[in-house]
Amino acid sequence: MTETAVKANPELVTVTVDGRAVEVPKGTPVIRAAELAGVVIPRFCDHPLLEPIGACRQCLVEIPDAGNGRGFPVPQASCTTVAAQGMRVETAATSAKAKAAQEGVLELLLINHPLDCPICDKGGECPLQNQAMAQGRLQSRFDGVKRRFPKSQPLSAQLWLDRERCVLCSRCVRFADQIAGDDQLSLVERGARSQVAVQPGQPFTSYFAGNTVQICPVGALTSQSYRFAARPFDLVSTVTTCEGCAAGCQLRVDHRHYQVKRRLAGDLPAVNQEWNCDRGRFGFVSERGPDRLTVPLLRRDGQLVEASWTEALAAAAAGLSRAGAAVGVLTGGRLTRETAYAHARFARAVLGSNDIDFRARALSAEETGFLAAWQTDPGQPVTYADLDQAEQVVLVGLEPEDEAPIVFLRLRRAVRQHRLQVTTIAARRSPGSAKLDARLIATAPGQEAAQLAALDLGAGSIVLGGERLAQSPGALTALAAVVRKGGRWAWLPRRPGEVGALEAGAFPALWPQGQPVGSEAVARVWGSGLPTAPGRDSLAQVAALADGSLRAAVWSGVELADLPDPAAARAGLERADFVLSLERRLSEAAQLADVVLPVAPLEETSGSFRNWERRLSPVAQVIGRPGTPMTEIRVLAALADALGVPLGFRTPDEAAAELDQIEPPARPAEAAPDAAATTPVAAVVPAPDPALTTPVAAAVPAPARAAVPAPAVWTVGPANAAPDPVLATPVVADPAAEAAGPAIPAPAAPADPAALGPGEAVLATWRELLDDARLLDHEPALRASARPVAARLNPATAAALGLDDARRVTLGGLEFDLVIDPTVADNVVWAPSRAPGLNLAVAGLTPGRAVAVTPVAVAPAAVDPAERPSEEAQA
Amino acid sequence: MSAQPFEHDFKDTGPIAADRPDVDQPFDQTTRDEMEQLAARYPDRRSALGPILHLVQSVDGYVSARGLAAAAAVTGISPAQVQGFATFYTMYRRHPAGQHHIGVCTTALCAVLGGDAVLERVRSRLGIAPDQTTPDGRFSLERVECNAACDYAPVVMVDWEFMDNMTPEKAEQLIDQLAAGEPVQASRGATLAGWRQAERVLAGFDDGLADEGPSAGEPSRRGTEIAASRGWTADTWPTVGPTVGPAAGKDRP
Amino acid sequence: MTAPTITAPPADEQLLVPVLTADWGQPESWKLAQYEARGGYRGLRAALVRPPAEVMAEVKDSQLRGRGGAGFPTGLKWSFVPGDLSPKYLVVNGDESEPGTCKDVPLLMASPHTLVEGIIIASYAIGVNQAFVYVRGEALHPIRRLRAAVAEARAAGYLGTDVLGSGFSLDIVVHAGAGAYICGEETALLNSLEGRRGQPRLRPPFPAVAGLYAKPTVINNVESIATVPAIINHGKDWFLSMGTERSRGMTIYSLSGHVRHPGQYEAPLTITFRQLLDLAGGVRQGHKLKFFTPGGSSTPILTEDNLDIVLDYESLAAAGTMLGTKALQVFDDTTSVVRTTLRWVEFYQHESCGKCTPCREGTWWLVQLLRRLEAGQGHPGDVDLLLSVAQSINGQSFCPLAAGAVACVTSAVKHFREEFEAGYHTPAWEYLPYAASAAFAEPAPDRSQPARSAPDPAAPDQAGAGQGDGAGRSDEASQTDPAGRTDEGVTL
Repeated sequence: MTETAVKANPELVTVTVDGRAVEVPKGTPVIRAAELAGVVIPRFCDHPLLEPIGACRQCLVEIPDAGNGRGFPVPQASCTTVAAQGMRVETAATSAKAKAAQEGVLELLLINHPLDCPICDKGGECPLQNQAMAQGRLQSRFDGVKRRFPKSQPLSAQLWLDRERCVLCSRCVRFADQIAGDDQLSLVERGARSQVAVQPGQPFTSYFAGNTVQICPVGALTSQSYRFAARPFDLVSTVTTCEGCAAGCQLRVDHRHYQVKRRLAGDLPAVNQEWNCDRGRFGFVSERGPDRLTVPLLRRDGQLVEASWTEALAAAAAGLSRAGAAVGVLTGGRLTRETAYAHARFARAVLGSNDIDFRARALSAEETGFLAAWQTDPGQPVTYADLDQAEQVVLVGLEPEDEAPIVFLRLRRAVRQHRLQVTTIAARRSPGSAKLDARLIATAPGQEAAQLAALDLGAGSIVLGGERLAQSPGALTALAAVVRKGGRWAWLPRRPGEVGALEAGAFPALWPQGQPVGSEAVARVWGSGLPTAPGRDSLAQVAALADGSLRAAVWSGVELADLPDPAAARAGLERADFVLSLERRLSEAAQLADVVLPVAPLEETSGSFRNWERRLSPVAQVIGRPGTPMTEIRVLAALADALGVPLGFRTPDEAAAELDQIEPPARPAEAAPDAAATTPVAAVVPAPDPALTTPVAAAVPAPARAAVPAPAVWTVGPANAAPDPVLATPVVADPAAEAAGPAIPAPAAPADPAALGPGEAVLATWRELLDDARLLDHEPALRASARPVAARLNPATAAALGLDDARRVTLGGLEFDLVIDPTVADNVVWAPSRAPGLNLAVAGLTPGRAVAVTPVAVAPAAVDPAERPSEEAQA
Repeated sequence: MSAQPFEHDFKDTGPIAADRPDVDQPFDQTTRDEMEQLAARYPDRRSALGPILHLVQSVDGYVSARGLAAAAAVTGISPAQVQGFATFYTMYRRHPAGQHHIGVCTTALCAVLGGDAVLERVRSRLGIAPDQTTPDGRFSLERVECNAACDYAPVVMVDWEFMDNMTPEKAEQLIDQLAAGEPVQASRGATLAGWRQAERVLAGFDDGLADEGPSAGEPSRRGTEIAASRGWTADTWPTVGPTVGPAAGKDRP
Repeated sequence: MTAPTITAPPADEQLLVPVLTADWGQPESWKLAQYEARGGYRGLRAALVRPPAEVMAEVKDSQLRGRGGAGFPTGLKWSFVPGDLSPKYLVVNGDESEPGTCKDVPLLMASPHTLVEGIIIASYAIGVNQAFVYVRGEALHPIRRLRAAVAEARAAGYLGTDVLGSGFSLDIVVHAGAGAYICGEETALLNSLEGRRGQPRLRPPFPAVAGLYAKPTVINNVESIATVPAIINHGKDWFLSMGTERSRGMTIYSLSGHVRHPGQYEAPLTITFRQLLDLAGGVRQGHKLKFFTPGGSSTPILTEDNLDIVLDYESLAAAGTMLGTKALQVFDDTTSVVRTTLRWVEFYQHESCGKCTPCREGTWWLVQLLRRLEAGQGHPGDVDLLLSVAQSINGQSFCPLAAGAVACVTSAVKHFREEFEAGYHTPAWEYLPYAASAAFAEPAPDRSQPARSAPDPAAPDQAGAGQGDGAGRSDEASQTDPAGRTDEGVTL
């Protein structure tokens, strides 16, 4: 198995394949053993990550000795025959019988195969074509009638199926069932009429549908995005990391004529195995629209006009120097680690301001303290492998299928192999939770901390917390406290650059590598005169721009619609004296800027991300001839020069070298007790669980797993922030924790009906994988797989609000279809955050707050209540 | 000669389309209750999928779109999985069957013994090809495979009841009788009550006709009668060695 | 495999032993009252007072072998199921669809209680509390009769909880299939019974370990389980005293085709084909045996050279064929073997589940080759190509269905190669006019020469049967479509 889940000392069996002996774990199929012995056996239906099916019969081998002295009378399928001790296998290379069998099967596969090679996208990388060229007959013996199907039919807006080419290996159907869990694809009809099909009217809208195109061994499945786009032998492949989310999937990006033609899943067993999600696979054309920026823009008499680089840089330098240190910097969470570091240094060393933040989303002071503590002492990060071994995984404020799809696949694999129980603390049961057979704790927004504190989390439990916990007071504190019960936790942001930006110091409360503001170690690199005044988070920056305490803003890749209060952000920018925007596309923020500097898109630059495991995920340059002259680092360096304080580096590699040169702060465990940190709580932490410390691969020397260090305990919030009322009030949630550190703040007032006005419910929401995100622009086939847009109420709440027979409702002026979903928490209304044209934030709606839910008068069609779409628990 | 052309162009194959002008009302409550009853008979509800589709055919005359949806809901699987099942088995139909469904066996033995000739006669008499239904909806025709009645070859099944030892003439007379609405008794089975009632029985709801028809046809009894005529019974066979069990004596087993 | 050394029984020797078929002639033999009146359920009462292991041993020691086609020892199959695990299931395979096979349908129609009693005894022996009978959907009346019998048995206390006060409880579900020959294969049957496409499963795991709903499951043929009461009643030695050394007991042989009296003949596994044929009145008047299948269409055909073959597992295996479902389809000299082979392969092509390449694609090719040969338009080398394609199918498919398709092809060409080679130039319906082989054809006058003589002008006009010479042929594959041609002007 490419991803060999090797137990501590697996029972090994010795198999001889074509005379070569090889030792494999008991239970390994012969086809895998042959791979390990370096022998090529052709196959179409076998796939290492799918359960064997033995359908195509191409992998037939002769087994003269099955290990018991007796051989099989006829050739056997090596994919479904398990290697036994002492088994002797002869493949087509050494057995005439096996060779004849394989050639016979190949001939039978070809008699009904259409002569499409000249027009088939798979040509040049087609296993059937390769096999036919290698082992096929020169002249076909078949002169009968081939079966005919109507040519390509759509399985979804993205996927096309040509049933004439299909060899019925059922890899796609098995993937949909075993890996993705979307039973929308199935084999229909029987015998020669067999074919892959979807239910008419229900396209294959799995988030992972694109993988079936990649694993299809022929050209039956093609994608709308890549159909007839290129030939494989014309493409140049680059291995890089996907920028879709924080999962850190490896990608193989193929380009031709300086344009990316397709992106395939890379083969990284430790992270994404060989899968990726459709967002990562198809969402790469957003910067090809007319709004792509390649020339600087300068505001002259109120209008943004194209200008030369010298003019723009000079204007930017002048604007920034006029503002002095009163400059707020926002970096947006999608930058590489190196670019974030460039901004961190530029803000402090060049602008003299600590006001820099990567969070272009809802946030809280509690989150700032939590992230600062985590970066200061990350401890032993949770990895994908840990998810495989865990007994229980708790999801809180996180919908993995929507916010980190490959984490969802990994969890589902562990659930299917009967090892993992998933629990989700969420406002409703999402399709993803249903596919994980997750135990739902229906929770109103704001109650997460209490629910998490009440859970029993022994060893073997891992809690995955999402970025949305920042909107739930006390939740992140409760997450960090999980360690005290012996469990482990991990924080999963939605964007790829956030963990890297935290490490790089693009963060108000920290300088690079978790060093505190004013750290000597950083000053040694950046020089003296660095600002020590506390930094403002992005919301504080917006407020400061509005009240004039900040006079200039440097915003890179920030969408106003992403911020919790877009209107306030717009007002802040309009009030600011000077706004510099670093963008790849003309955004709302850029239109409010005084100077807009175009920067190179990710595919034209290099660098790295830190995924949620903190794994360094390299980003390679795909397009060698950039469309824009300068990368963002190079632009900042030019600005620094114009402002007279050199940035110190100009390229991503130099930035990375400098960043890695800075030492992280000494861990509290080793450091002398620092007055500010309260005593570490070593006693409470249990000895590391032996199951968790089992070496991952027998061959690889067991990684030295240090005992789980004492949890970092942080001072209460950043020094400068006004004491957060919630954090200050001690609440005794867990008597044992009382002595151990800051108490878990009392959660906000629960959404009890009394607090809600008439016709009101608490708003709950999250960003779905495919919504109106600008990253997905210009790829309509991808958005077509989005989930149906609807607001959801449970039956009791709907009745309480008098909405029993409403078909559509309005939330704060936005109209939604209404679905009665019994899994929604009481007094909660759920709606997607950014359905096309229905942006909750832009409409001024805030999760966790009450919102009026009013029925929309519908033409009095005969509405049969039984007819109204009510979704079973299995949404 | 094969009774029909070699089929190689599969234009209209694949899942059962949802665009037929189906009855879009949900099934009545009794049918829905009966589907639940069927699901309750098995340790796993999905096992009831087959019987439920037979029930759907007894109501709609074929596997309708609403039938597929109801089967998916009751068994808890996706509509695509139900399509995979419904299109695999030949007894589930894409288009409404006739009031009487005529199946002429043309597998090798029946074909050689005249099944082909019988099929030709039935085709020309009904004016339709296999898998078609007469415009008046009275009859549908199917070329069926071996129906386990080879000692009565050639065989015709009407509403899945045995019509044994057929000839082209007897087939034509049978159709005339049915067209005239006369009651027709199967050779080994009940009075023909229509294809939909047969489907209802197959779904699992008895129609009380089990006691109609003979114990066995003449060929089925052939060996028994020869043995009886020669006095051969289970007990006249010389048992060698100790006999164990209650039936050591000479009386009937 | 060496044929067992047994001598042909003397003329007045008992040839038939009606046990399962004994009461098929009684009026309302399917009712409980009639069945009990003739000793029914006494075997069950006897079994329930004996420990289950002893009942299983009785069946095992009787050396009863599976009657569904594979011939695997039934008792041994029961013993594979782990005793302590529950739930476990007994599934009875009533999908009887092998062409030529017609024994289970009449049994279910005439004596369903024999099967019900057998199921209860078997379930008691194995420790099963839930049994299923999967009957093919096209057998409507047998399903009615079997369900009625189950209801009667439940009402009489033979089923349900605490059967006859023994503390043993059992329920039986009779499940109707929906038309798929492949569901006769035991794991495809399990998939169908679970509400899935009837495609065979990977083995291992074997059904005894993980069968229905992934629980230990025993799957036996209707006739195998129906034989259990007799074994309990008469004792294993009575059963052992019948049949040959490794093929014990009696079984139902089904004769069909060109015999005077087709039907069911229950005989010990020592009977020879000649004896059975004689009992059935021999080949129909005026005709000679040309070929026959010993065990259904999946078994290689035999000819008159094998008249004296003993119809047991070993003898037929030694002759390169199989006992299978003991379905003896007899064809006389009027039959075109090319036409028959084509119709069999078309059956397998239509019933192939489509899962694996050799069967799905191989049958597609075989059918087209055979259609060409039947139409007299065979391309040069087609017969050898036929054998080559058959060889690249045989033994390489996922399940034995494809082997069935190949069996009739290779054996037919082996015995009648010249008739296939005639397909290069002469349509099969001219080589051997089809109408003559119909059951309702006029009895042909006694002719001495073999059928290949010049067309017999005296042969009555087939049109008398109101039909041209056999089925009209609007057949795409044969471009020169002799639609509606009659025999006149036929030249060989």
